[in-house]
Amino acid sequence: MTSPDEASPDHTGHDGSGHHDLPAAARTRRLEERLIVAGLTSDDEIDAFLTGLYTSASPGNGARMTARAWTDPAYRDLLLSDGNTAAAREGFGELSYQLRVVANAEDVHNVIVCTLCSCYPVSLLGPSPGWYKSFAYRSRTVREPRAVLGEFGLNLPAQVQISVWDSTSEARYMVLPARPAGTGGLAAGELAALVTRNGLIGTALV
Amino acid sequence: MSYATGTRVLVRPGDPDHHTRVPGYLRGHTGEVIATLGRWPLPDDSARGITPPRVETCYAVRFSARDLWGSGDHTVTVDLWESYLDQP
Repeated sequence: MTSPDEASPDHTGHDGSGHHDLPAAARTRRLEERLIVAGLTSDDEIDAFLTGLYTSASPGNGARMTARAWTDPAYRDLLLSDGNTAAAREGFGELSYQLRVVANAEDVHNVIVCTLCSCYPVSLLGPSPGWYKSFAYRSRTVREPRAVLGEFGLNLPAQVQISVWDSTSEARYMVLPARPAGTGGLAAGELAALVTRNGLIGTALV
Repeated sequence: MSYATGTRVLVRPGDPDHHTRVPGYLRGHTGEVIATLGRWPLPDDSARGITPPRVETCYAVRFSARDLWGSGDHTVTVDLWESYLDQP
């Protein structure tokens, strides 16, 4: 969760010094061992958590909720007012966070960032992409989101207001993309297939 | 104290020497409460092993880019615990 490694005295960037040049797996294991010794978790608990995460966490989950919101106005209202209940209706009832869903519209585009670390609703969007954790994305998105989105190939008209959400608390944010034009005849599964992980973060339109 | 939606709030300035969830770029800036999120343990206390940690209301507070950076037409909304805020 929030443990900004830039605050670590060992953080020396990528110049080859400090423990950052250890392979990531070794660094992770070192941290796990410290937590186990402290009595905060166990190997079994970590294994069970990771197995559960990697077999169920997928952007297909957020995509399914999005597709339903596009076709079911009552579900859309619920998703925007009480994300956890809406997620439970689609079978995702055990979220470890408060889910807040923010809707794109003709005149507003939402984008999610976590400037302190890399918080994001993993169970609904899948493991976060490397760029989401990068210093560049985290620092620039709050400062110049229009330029950042342009680098993703998303050039929004000037009249579209950009709303950035910095995930600093126990809430996790997901974007509800606008339904693309010309999709009136598609079934729920086909609609869900249009939705990408980047669309749910806000670095793509859908 | 608690803050109703629509209230203008000031993010307390200063840089504590312990863990906090106030991003540095907000300190001393004023924004508007747009939602009350819930009550959660204050990370500043949890991270220091203070038991029990203070449990406080957390708010979604919206800032204009122009106020934060001097330029830009976007908004930035950040979740902030009550202790992080003050009256402007």
